[in-house]
Amino acid sequence: MTNMSILNGNVILPGADTTEQLSLHIADGKIASVGTAAQAAEHIDASGLIVAPGIIDFGVFKTDKPAFRFGGITRAALMPDQSPVHDDPATVRFAALKGKPDLWVHPLAAATQGLDGLHMAEIALMKDAGAVAVATGRKWIADSGVMLRIMHYCAALDLPVIVHNEDSGVAGHAVATAGETATLLGLSSAPVVAETLAIARDLLLAEESGAHVHFRQVTTAGGLDLIRAAKAKGLRVTCGITPAHLFLSDNAISDFRTFARLSPPLRSESDRLACIQAIADGTIDVIASGHDPRGPEDKRLPFSESAPGMAGAETLLALSLNLVRDNVISMGRMFELLASNPAKILGLNAGQICEGQEADLILIDVDAPWQVDGNRMAALAGNTPFDRLPVQGRVRQMLKGGKLI
Amino acid sequence: MKHLLSAADLSYDDAILVLDTAKQLAAATEQGVGKLPPLRGRTVVNLFYEDSTRTRISFEAAAKRLSADVINFSAKGSSVSKGESLKDTALTLEAMGADAVIIRHNSSGAPHRLANAGWISGGVINAGDCTHEHPSQALLDAFTLRNHLRNGEGDLKGINVTIVGDVLHSRVARSNVLLLNTLGAKVRLVAPPTLLPYGVEDWDCEVSYDLDASLEGSDAVMMLRVQRERMNAAYFPNAHEYSNRYGLNVTRMNRLSESAVVMHPGPMNRGVEIASSVADHVDRSAITEQVEMGVAVRMACLDILTRKARGQEGWA
Repeated sequence: MTNMSILNGNVILPGADTTEQLSLHIADGKIASVGTAAQAAEHIDASGLIVAPGIIDFGVFKTDKPAFRFGGITRAALMPDQSPVHDDPATVRFAALKGKPDLWVHPLAAATQGLDGLHMAEIALMKDAGAVAVATGRKWIADSGVMLRIMHYCAALDLPVIVHNEDSGVAGHAVATAGETATLLGLSSAPVVAETLAIARDLLLAEESGAHVHFRQVTTAGGLDLIRAAKAKGLRVTCGITPAHLFLSDNAISDFRTFARLSPPLRSESDRLACIQAIADGTIDVIASGHDPRGPEDKRLPFSESAPGMAGAETLLALSLNLVRDNVISMGRMFELLASNPAKILGLNAGQICEGQEADLILIDVDAPWQVDGNRMAALAGNTPFDRLPVQGRVRQMLKGGKLI
Repeated sequence: MKHLLSAADLSYDDAILVLDTAKQLAAATEQGVGKLPPLRGRTVVNLFYEDSTRTRISFEAAAKRLSADVINFSAKGSSVSKGESLKDTALTLEAMGADAVIIRHNSSGAPHRLANAGWISGGVINAGDCTHEHPSQALLDAFTLRNHLRNGEGDLKGINVTIVGDVLHSRVARSNVLLLNTLGAKVRLVAPPTLLPYGVEDWDCEVSYDLDASLEGSDAVMMLRVQRERMNAAYFPNAHEYSNRYGLNVTRMNRLSESAVVMHPGPMNRGVEIASSVADHVDRSAITEQVEMGVAVRMACLDILTRKARGQEGWA
């Protein structure tokens, strides 16, 4: 393995809000020293660039290397909603090896067999096979008894439980949030209590079981209030969100735009603002892409027949940088949300720039302007609700384990 | 405007143009003119993904009276049941040279998709898309109201229309609220709270849970079909309680003013939302007239929508 130096970059150090101009030395795929690095034969001049930990994308639906490379994602936690479902050790082991060496995929194990919500899957064996957490997938587990037992079981294995918080009874076949837009469009819709009810139940079960519960996407003011209160109470609870719910409201589905059909659905403007507030006050721990590339056969359909989901890997960083520009969070905090918090929750030795860690790094030109273009994306499909949006921030170089990708 | 997708697309002048054109066409039909020539050599496709009696026949009759060639397509018995997508069906229709496509679909927004995806070049008329809209129904309702209450002239300013029943799942109600407001009528919606859409309080209409309190002052009562499958999903307990609280029976009908008219878009559940004696009442019920007027109104829609393509002055 070669040695390498990254010189004069603006480095994101753990716990710091702002960057510091430093050099890094990489040896044997790991960060050997931070600060006064001896210049190795091979070096990169990072002047004017930000040197940040590679993004750890918490909860993607496809392993999509070109999109991840574009977006500066060096590791991705893969949802169990695959075909076949990741509910047994063999598929988990295979998924964990799939991206290596230039992308590390951390599989999330299905909590129940076939994600049926009823029968517990081989959670402990999947942990041995490389699963870093257990997930309910796109669905919620309606049976509270099953959910409680899964949480107990996972607590003992020290595995976080990642939940999709949408009460299936209230949500029904809804494809939108109850509101003016959904009513005008005649789309079946569910009120936000579908989310708050689900969160309230799982917080009570988390307290009862002692499990670490991570709510993958919390998108409502009421849901965030519940999480805030639970954190204040000292529960092991974390939560995440995607840029879609931070920057779009349900107005985006007007004209039946299927690229804005998401699960959970886009919310009202007041909920969107509550999400921004929760990013600012630290209630939200993770920003992830929810990357789910879907081609025209899934999306060029009448709204309620189209599949939910968006291709988000490429736009994750540039959209998150808007939060820094708008003074919602600092640059350092943004990388906690994108890298070090996901690593912490999933128990990965990654996500920070410090000596001894894997050299998973991205070099970013934060001001580089570009335009999101659904027709020219690196992803498997261009289903982005942010089509045509001008953004700033490009990944110029990416290293995985000290190797340029 | 090349398509008729939503009643919201119709300006006041657009709507009046349809009603006035329909009036002329209805008069021509009454005089026994028979077929009129405007769509000779044009092809109109009835693309029906959902069952329909009235609307499909009405559009077919309208197109034929305008001398168009009509192709009837229903999803049952077509390649749709083999899994063909809307896109491929649309491309097939385009290849056949459809000048206008009338679509009914079980997904909200399917007509928008058909009209705006660039798959076909002809005009699209929304003949009902799930719980979204049914603009030609709203137009024929307005036409019927105008005939009864305004001697077939002008708009509907100052008329009180009460719409009763499953507003939540009703495309007819959505289109009617929009169009009636455009034409100046005052709308009141009456339904149990479970059958009213979210945010209805922000609509330009009154909302009530109480039918009995809403009858007085109504110039027209429009009853909506209540679907039996809603009972299984706890929207209301059963037909007995529903018809008791929200059904239009003779007692309630007799409390309406002399000139008030009773309407229903069909198909009716006799004995549930409307009593047979009300539905068939010679003086009060305009239900068969609605169907009759539907043909003239749809003739007007087809005529106006294809005017541009025929080199005539039409909608902008």
